[in-house]
Amino acid sequence: MIEETAVSLQEGEARPMNMIEAINDALHVMMGHDPDVVVFGEDVGYFGGVFRATAGLQAKFGKMRVFDTPINECGIIGAAVGMAAYGLRPVPEIQFADYIYPGLDQLISEAARLRYRSAGEFTAPITVRSPFGGGIFGGQTHSQSPEALFTHVSGLKTVIPSTPHDAKGLLIAAIEDNDPVIFFEPKRIYNGPFDGYYDHPSKTWKNYPGGQVPEGYYSIPLGKARTAREGSAMTVLVYGTMVHVAEAVLAEKGVDAEILDLRTLWPLDIEAVEKSVQKTGKCLVIHEATRTSGFGAELVSLVQERCFYHLEAPIERVTGFDTPYPHSLEWAYFPGPVRIGDAVDRLMKE
Amino acid sequence: MVDQTGRIGMPRGNLPPLELHVPEPRFRPGDPVDYSWLDIPGAGELPRFDEACEARETMPATLGMVRVLDDKHRAVGPWDPRLDPETLRRILRTMALTRAFDDRMYRGQRQGKTSFYMKCTGEEAVSVAHAYALAGDDMVFPSYRQQGILIARDYPLVEMVNQIYSNRADRLKGRQLPIMYSARDYGFFTISGNLATQFPQAVGWAMASAIKGDTRIATSFVGEGSSAEGDFHAAMTFAAVYNTPVILNVVNNQWAISSFSGFAGAERSTFAARAVGYGIAGLRVDGNDALAVYAATQWAANRARANKGPTLIEHFTYRAEGHSTSDDPSAYRSAHEREEWPLGDPVMRLARHLIALGEWDDERHAAMDRQVAEEVKAAAKAAEKNGVLGHGFHHPFHTMFEDVFEELPWNLREQAEQAIREREAKWPDARGPGTGEEGEGA
Repeated sequence: MIEETAVSLQEGEARPMNMIEAINDALHVMMGHDPDVVVFGEDVGYFGGVFRATAGLQAKFGKMRVFDTPINECGIIGAAVGMAAYGLRPVPEIQFADYIYPGLDQLISEAARLRYRSAGEFTAPITVRSPFGGGIFGGQTHSQSPEALFTHVSGLKTVIPSTPHDAKGLLIAAIEDNDPVIFFEPKRIYNGPFDGYYDHPSKTWKNYPGGQVPEGYYSIPLGKARTAREGSAMTVLVYGTMVHVAEAVLAEKGVDAEILDLRTLWPLDIEAVEKSVQKTGKCLVIHEATRTSGFGAELVSLVQERCFYHLEAPIERVTGFDTPYPHSLEWAYFPGPVRIGDAVDRLMKE
Repeated sequence: MVDQTGRIGMPRGNLPPLELHVPEPRFRPGDPVDYSWLDIPGAGELPRFDEACEARETMPATLGMVRVLDDKHRAVGPWDPRLDPETLRRILRTMALTRAFDDRMYRGQRQGKTSFYMKCTGEEAVSVAHAYALAGDDMVFPSYRQQGILIARDYPLVEMVNQIYSNRADRLKGRQLPIMYSARDYGFFTISGNLATQFPQAVGWAMASAIKGDTRIATSFVGEGSSAEGDFHAAMTFAAVYNTPVILNVVNNQWAISSFSGFAGAERSTFAARAVGYGIAGLRVDGNDALAVYAATQWAANRARANKGPTLIEHFTYRAEGHSTSDDPSAYRSAHEREEWPLGDPVMRLARHLIALGEWDDERHAAMDRQVAEEVKAAAKAAEKNGVLGHGFHHPFHTMFEDVFEELPWNLREQAEQAIREREAKWPDARGPGTGEEGEGA
C-alpha cells in the first residue's frame, strides 16, 4: 500500500496515469503555476521529447518557454545556470542520464556551488530531468545509473521516484526547490511496474495503487522516504525500478520485509532508515548501478555507523556488476530475482 | 592483448611520414624581442559596419583590427566614439585606479595579507572601456581579470579588499579564492575558478532576458587560452541558434600562464575569425586602445539590444605581468616582450590623447596618480581593520556549512557540531579561530 504523504493543496481526484503522463502532468501544472518555469532540451519542443515527457507543453505555453536545444549538454546546463541567475526556474531535460557527462562541470562546479560561493547572492533553482537505468536493451549508452556521481557532490539534491504518483509530487517539489535537483526517472518503469522477470508479460500502472495520480497540484517533500511495505524481518533500502523488483522477490520468498523506497537519495531520510533498521535488525541495500563506490556503499556505511548494535547479521548489498551495461547480456547484468533472492536467504539464515 | 608496437600503415607513394606540429613561442627568456612579424593594421583603416549587418559581413573586422588612437595620439577613423573630454578623463582615472589597486593588492599578497592576487596590468582598457560602453544594469559574466568593470561601476574598493583578505567583513564569508568577487547589485556574476563556464551562462542569462522581454543584455569574458574549452563552443552555438543578446569577449593577452596563444590556435587564425563560422558577428579590437574597446563594445551592445544578434570581440592585448602572484613569467618568456609590445600601454595612450586634445597635462596626471594611490590606500587600511587572511578576524565556523543548500541538511548539521567540538578541543578558552572573537595574531 502507498503511505499517503502527499501534501495536498488543491489536489484533484486521482486517475490512472503511467509515469510519463504523471511527469508530463507535473510539468503542465508547474508551467501554469509559475511563469518563471521554462523547459528545454534535445527534442523536447514541438516533438515533445523522445519519451513524450514534454508532449503538449510547447503548444500550450509557447516557444519562449518550451524549446529544443542544440545537442550540447554543457550548453543546456550552462544556459540553465545563467537563466537561474536571471531569476528563472529552468527544468532542462537531458535525454538520457548517460548523456549528462558533458554537462558535469556546469552541474558540479557551477550549479551546485553558486549559492555557496556567492554567499547566497546567486542560486540555481534548476531541476535536471533525465531518464536513467537499464532493462530496455539500451546498451551501455542508454542504460546507466550514475546517481552516485551526484550524491557525492555538495550542493546537489538527487531524487528518484518509483511510481507515477510519486513522480508527479516529487517533480513538483523539485521544481519548487530553491536548490539544484537531479531528477532521475527510471525509464524501465515509465509504462508499468517491473517485477524483475523480463520474460513475464509487462504490467501497466493501471491497477497499481501508485499509478493513481491526483489531478492538479500536489507536492511530496524532498528528503522523505516512503515505506512501500511495512514488515519486521529485515529492512530493504531501495529506490527507482528496484523497489518493484524487491517487492516481488520478497513476496515470493514470503519474507516479512520492511521496504523503504528512499525517493530522495540526498538529502537522505536518515531518520526513516535508522528507525526501520533498528526495528528489524537486518538490512539489505539494493541498486541497479555498478557496485564499487555506488550509493549503496554510503547506505551501508551509514547503517553500520548508526545502527551497528541493532544489527543481527552483516548488511547485504545487491547491485549491478562493475562492468559497462552489456547489451546482449543485459539480464545477466541486472540485479534481478536470483541475486536479490540469494542475499535475502543469507540474511534470513542469520 | 593486441600488440600495437611496430604497426604502421602501408607506404603511400612518395608521401613523407606524418608530422606533428607542437607550437613554440617566438621568444624565450633572454631572447631579444622583435614584433615586426606582427601585422598591426593602422588606426582608422577599418570601415565601421552597420550594426545590423549580416554576421559574415564582419569578416574583415575579424582579421583586421578596430583601432582609433593613432601614433600621433589622435582619434581617427569611423570607429572614433567621439567621447567628450570629461568621459575620457573618467575612463583614464578608472584605469589608473584599477592599476593602483592592483599594485597595492599585489604588495599586500607579498606582505602575507592574503594568499593570492591577480593583476590586470596592461589590460585595463579591456574591462574599463567595455564597462563604460555598457548600460550600468547590463549583466557581466566575468573571468578573473575584469576587476576594472567592478571599479568602473563604483563597487566599493573596501569590499574588494575585504574579499581579497577573506576577512570577517568579506561578503562572500571567506569562501572564495581572492579576487573571485560576486556583486549581484552591480550586475557582476560570481567568478568561477573553472575556466570558461561563465560563457554559456551569460548566453543563458541573455536568453532569459529575451524570454522575459527585458532590455538588459549580457556580456562575458574568457581568455584566449580558455577559448579552447568546450564551453566556448557551447556558448557560441547557443548564442547563434537563439540570436541571443549577448557580447562574448575573448581577451587575447598572448599568454595562458606559460602557454602562449599558439596553444589555443592563434598560429592558424584570429580568435575573432571564429565568430563568422558560427554565424556571429566578430570584431578584433586593439585592446590597449580604450577608445577602440569602447567603440567595439558600443557597436556590439547596440546590435544586441536591437535584436540583431550576438558579437564575439577579440581584445588584442598583452598580459604585462605574471598570470598571478603564484606565477613567475621570467621562467618562460622574454622580459623584453612587455617593453616591445607594439600596442603600448593603455593608460599612457589615453593620457597622451587627452594631452594632445589640450585636455590633460603631466601635472594633472601626476596628481591623479597620487589621488588614486591614496584612495586605494584608504580602502586597504579600512579593510585591514576587518582582518587579513590567517591573522585576525574571519567568519565563524558554522558559516562554513551554510549556503551549501538553502536549508541545513542533517549531515551538515552534524558536521557543523563536529567542527565546533574540534575547535573547543584545540582552543579550550573559546577565543580561537572560528569564534569570530579572536583578535590580531590569533
